[in-house]
Amino acid sequence: MKEAIAGTLESGDIMVKIGPGKGLEVELQSSVEAQFGRQIRALIADTLEGLGIKDAHVDAIDKGALDCTIRARVTAAAVRATGNDVWKD
Amino acid sequence: MMFVPGNNPGMMADAHIYGPDSIMLDLEDSVTMAEKDAARLLVHNALKSIDYGSTEMVVRINPLNTPYGKKDVEAVVKAGVDVIRMPKTETADEVRELEAEILKVEEEIGAVGRTQIMAAIESALGIVNAYSIATASKRMMGIALGAEDYSANLKTNRTPGGAELLLAREQIVVAARAAGIACFDTVYSNLDDMETFRKEVELIKTLGFDGKSIINPRQIEVVNEVFTPTEKEINKARAVVAAIKEAQAKGSGVIAVNGKMVDRPVVLRAERTIALAVAAGVISEEEAL
Repeated sequence: MKEAIAGTLESGDIMVKIGPGKGLEVELQSSVEAQFGRQIRALIADTLEGLGIKDAHVDAIDKGALDCTIRARVTAAAVRATGNDVWKD
Repeated sequence: MMFVPGNNPGMMADAHIYGPDSIMLDLEDSVTMAEKDAARLLVHNALKSIDYGSTEMVVRINPLNTPYGKKDVEAVVKAGVDVIRMPKTETADEVRELEAEILKVEEEIGAVGRTQIMAAIESALGIVNAYSIATASKRMMGIALGAEDYSANLKTNRTPGGAELLLAREQIVVAARAAGIACFDTVYSNLDDMETFRKEVELIKTLGFDGKSIINPRQIEVVNEVFTPTEKEINKARAVVAAIKEAQAKGSGVIAVNGKMVDRPVVLRAERTIALAVAAGVISEEEAL
């Protein structure tokens, strides 16, 4: 796994950086950390586990992204980091 | 049909709030090559998760002869998109190739026949082949004009009056009507000139188009105003439909309303006016009966 980034710092988005790690380590900055921090971390972990990734270090800066955006950005960063696409062909 | 860039999650989340009839999430021209993978994932997850209500969801994919097209098809069909918009369509074979790709994914997920196709025609060759494109597949729900590429292909420029697009627009309407599918006009991209935009919408309504592609929520109101029948038009249409029903009940053929002969084309126009009024929410379905 190499280091890779997906997403932006625009409102409604989340920037996710994924690199090598031991176990799943998630560092999150979010304007809604107090209310949704735990939920966002769980969603990031769940998405990575769904992709079969058990070891990674994740830095995420959330700008109020919906769950579907978080899932998409984490997946995009993971695909870029591993080179394993989720689509065929 | 409102165009929304497929790499902008904020706009994708809010687009339906403005009430467009359909939303087209774009994976093609508004997304850079470096972001095609991420936009595809955004669109896939948005389609699966965001409640767009009754808004028809369209995705413009990349052409199948690029490294992105087939992956786009897989991503959006698996997410349950209503319509795939195929860009730069020039031949019926291209539509059939897309249909085969769609079918492959639908068979894999057990949803055969769910996805419709809209072909964007953006070149002289596409205009020449408009009818064969429109009839290339049972999945074809509409054809649309893409005027920027078309004008460039004709070696001309877009003008406020749209003289350079006249043949293409008429060809698209005629081909769509002959095929029994819908037709949509191109975008107008100068948001500061709403007057010319309104004139263009009035023109394409006169030509027979079913709708207009737009790039900003500010344009929705103008399109709805132009396409929504006036109270006078609705009342006239109702009088025609009521008169023809009465005539049919009595077994008579040709009738007159307000001294004018009413024959089949007049009735068809009246029925379309009432259908548009219902679609625009001006009258209810019960009132239309």
